[in-house]
Amino acid sequence: MLAWTIYISFLGVLALMLLPRDNARAARIVALLTAIVGCAIAFVGSIQLAQQGNVGEAATIVKTAWIPALGATYYLAADGISLVLVVLTGLAAIAGILFSWNVEKRTKEFFAFYLALIGGVYGVFLSFDVLLLFVFYELTIIPKYFLIARWGSTRKEYGAMKLALYSFVGSHLVLIGLIAAWVVARGQLGHPSLDLVVLSEQVRFPASFQHWVFPLVFIGFGILAGMWPFHTWAPTGHVAAPTAGSMLLAGVVMKLGAYGCLRVAMVMFPEGAREWQWAMAALAVIGIIYGAGVALVQRDFKFVIGYSSVSHMGFVLLGLATLNTIGLDGAVLQMFSHGIIAGLLFAVVGRMVYDRTHTRDFNDLEKMNLGKLLPFAGVTFTIAGVASMGLPGFSGFVAEFQVLIGAWQVFPKMTILAGVGIVVGVAYTLRALQKAFYSDTPTAAQDGHDHHDDHPLDPISGPERVGAVMLIAASLVIGLFPTLLMDWIEPCFKSALFARLLNGGGQ
Amino acid sequence: MNSGDYLQMLRLAAPETIVTVTMLLVLSADLTVLRGKSIAARFHCGALLSVLGCASAAIFAFTRHEQADLLNGILLVDPRTDFVKVAILALTIFTILISTSGKFTDHVGEYLSLILLGTIGLMFLVSAGDLLMIFVSLELASLALYILTAFNKRNEHSSEAALKYFLFGGMSAAFLLFGFSLLYGLSGSTNMTDIARSLAGKGLDPLLMVALVMTVIGFGFKVAAVPFHLWAPDAYEGAPTPSAAFIGAGSKVASFFILAKILAVGFAGTEGSAVAHGCIAGWTPVVAVIAALSMVLGNLTAIVQSSVKRLLAYSAIAHAGYMLLGVLSNTDASRSAMMFYVITYGVTVIGAFGVVAVVEEATGGDALKNFAGLSRRAPLLSLCLLVFLLSLGGIPPLAGFIGKFFLFSATVAADGNNLGLLWLVILAIAMSAVSFYYYLLVLKQAYVEDAAKDAPAIRVPVVTTLALVLLAALVILFGCAPSLLARFLV
Repeated sequence: MLAWTIYISFLGVLALMLLPRDNARAARIVALLTAIVGCAIAFVGSIQLAQQGNVGEAATIVKTAWIPALGATYYLAADGISLVLVVLTGLAAIAGILFSWNVEKRTKEFFAFYLALIGGVYGVFLSFDVLLLFVFYELTIIPKYFLIARWGSTRKEYGAMKLALYSFVGSHLVLIGLIAAWVVARGQLGHPSLDLVVLSEQVRFPASFQHWVFPLVFIGFGILAGMWPFHTWAPTGHVAAPTAGSMLLAGVVMKLGAYGCLRVAMVMFPEGAREWQWAMAALAVIGIIYGAGVALVQRDFKFVIGYSSVSHMGFVLLGLATLNTIGLDGAVLQMFSHGIIAGLLFAVVGRMVYDRTHTRDFNDLEKMNLGKLLPFAGVTFTIAGVASMGLPGFSGFVAEFQVLIGAWQVFPKMTILAGVGIVVGVAYTLRALQKAFYSDTPTAAQDGHDHHDDHPLDPISGPERVGAVMLIAASLVIGLFPTLLMDWIEPCFKSALFARLLNGGGQ
Repeated sequence: MNSGDYLQMLRLAAPETIVTVTMLLVLSADLTVLRGKSIAARFHCGALLSVLGCASAAIFAFTRHEQADLLNGILLVDPRTDFVKVAILALTIFTILISTSGKFTDHVGEYLSLILLGTIGLMFLVSAGDLLMIFVSLELASLALYILTAFNKRNEHSSEAALKYFLFGGMSAAFLLFGFSLLYGLSGSTNMTDIARSLAGKGLDPLLMVALVMTVIGFGFKVAAVPFHLWAPDAYEGAPTPSAAFIGAGSKVASFFILAKILAVGFAGTEGSAVAHGCIAGWTPVVAVIAALSMVLGNLTAIVQSSVKRLLAYSAIAHAGYMLLGVLSNTDASRSAMMFYVITYGVTVIGAFGVVAVVEEATGGDALKNFAGLSRRAPLLSLCLLVFLLSLGGIPPLAGFIGKFFLFSATVAADGNNLGLLWLVILAIAMSAVSFYYYLLVLKQAYVEDAAKDAPAIRVPVVTTLALVLLAALVILFGCAPSLLARFLV
């Protein structure tokens, strides 16, 4: 059933292409319906699958021969980790469409690219064949590029091209690793295979091989996860993207990278992961602190959120680097949590504020007194801000807390540094909140030369309210009842797939 | 030789014969019945005839399952060569379909019959097992290609390109012939298998080395590999667009097939090795150097092109570099992968040139800026362009990606678990990441930039639309279900 999340998205693309050119309303409705159906399938399918048996083991959805010569199969399956991310994708897809209800320029093409991206993302999270995963992974690059280059703002063509090239270079690093691994695995198995389960459970890649191939594949995926120092696409890309674009980039696309690191690089090359554990952790911690520090001094509202994404993704990578159950649990939960919260933050900045004021510069925003003009936006950003800081009760707290506990067991000193990152996180969020919404500086009206009062800002529209409430609710529910997702995530790390990674080199 | 032998010869060469008859029919029909009709009508009637002829030849070749060696290597027929011929015929059909709306010439019959003549040359080339036959059929195809390049008599670039192509091609033919004559002198035979047998165990003596280098140079010109590529950008740019498509697609398939055969069969025993830490002199290191140069130079030079045809020419050079990986790996798997790659590349590149031809017709040029706003002016056309260019760039799930995966994995696997050829594959993959940039530049014009305000919608001729959509569908099909094609190439 879950496979239909992929098909329905691409069917949506087809339906959009057949629509008449100028009917923006119909395009929106088709896109929203597709996303809702996709999300519903994701929810129902996930719950069904979770009830059927042990979510720790990958449950096969489809498995048929695809390219026998390469040993590639059309193999869709899901374990608890996939389920969490599929549900996230479903939520993010709906929210993104609600927050792009005001796209008037070539609406139909916009949503066609949007749904193609969503379909690719579902595909990555459900693929258990490495080649298939790679196919879906690369499939997401093209829609991203066009969404940003065509419908973006600030230096959109630069941001889009940078993102596309970074993604492509990253995926090509992965490709080198895959081809080398395919050859070595074929030598050991006696037949070609690209099945993730076979490659990680039956093949033992020589340590000397893992030594160089692990960093290649990990960095390849890590580029998309915003790993320092390969994160520079993220702020420019996020800033240039249209609102729905940055929501998806931060919400799910960065998760693709982190998911690839975990699912492919670490599971297939566990000895390599142990060997490079410290380097991974160091890069993650640098990312956390660097992202937070840079976010603290930005003048552009969206850049603050862009760099905060780098910082928060650092926690995911730190969680991965712990190589212990609790750290990995936290990492996966953080993927979900950051997907929701970052989506919300970008929605406030891009849709609620920028589309109305046409500026994101704090100096201008300070004068507008947005807290009064757009109270809903102010409240939403406050809630999203505290969720992002990691206030207990929201999903971010549970996730980052677990990451830190896991990291403390392995590298206490670096954990303290990561804690510093959290403090800086509080600072930049409060600074942004204060400057954008609740500033004390005299408003423009009092300055004497005001042009905003002549054109009152549009009130926050219905779709925006629905989207914001939905995302806040998701973060709250998971913050208050983390077991909802933890019951899916935890069993995964007890499964045979992760045994070699977690049991320190035994069998 | 009695009459039975002639009958057998006719039977074995039936596909070629059918195409020859078609060619004569097309030519005479155009000179008699169709005289005085409009150019479009002549093109459509001629194309219909040619397509029917090529299709029946292809069906004949596809359905017979014969294995024969006529006159000691003059004509080798087996299912594999037959399938390659089918592929060449299919590419010819598509080339003809995209040329039907052309306005570059009044000599419709001659144009179509030259394409068919070139096809016949390529078909014989595929079947050749003898050096003389290789040379003769290669020249037959090349002469047709020179004239096809010059066919736009109203454009002086076309003649310039053809002259350049002809001079370079003539030189390369001389190199090739010199190499072949040395081979004959060393072995006393022109049959490839006999040559290999008589050279076996003698090692790599200097004269053989010269013969080898000459042969590689000769074919290097034909497939436009660096440093023998200088004719390609000018020829692609100056030639009428369908001719450029024919040079880039059909002739590549045959040239690579025969190049791999000569090196693997004729020079068997002098492979040497191109692995990273143990290079041994032989033909693989020679090809490796050419492949590496082609990939690097082709891709880097393509970035700065402003004419899309030149861009495609440099990308063709780069692709020739990837294809050479399949030659130098020298395993059956790598040669199958290479043929898969060359055929799907042919399909893709005809499509790309087809789009360029339409845009050129409508906007008067093939510069990048002529593609601005294409997605609004001709949505279906630009969707096809998207498919073709992304496939060339190696984006899944299109044929270009699967082709690269086949080719690169076969190359790495050629050295077993030692991964000795990985350095070439790493280079190829890095360069393919570069190539993505310039394909994206073209697509950016089509999808991101706006057309000039008063630019009208582009009307795409029906036949061209049909051909392009079919080609795009093939690119997607071979990408999603590569086994459909790959199983014939094993």
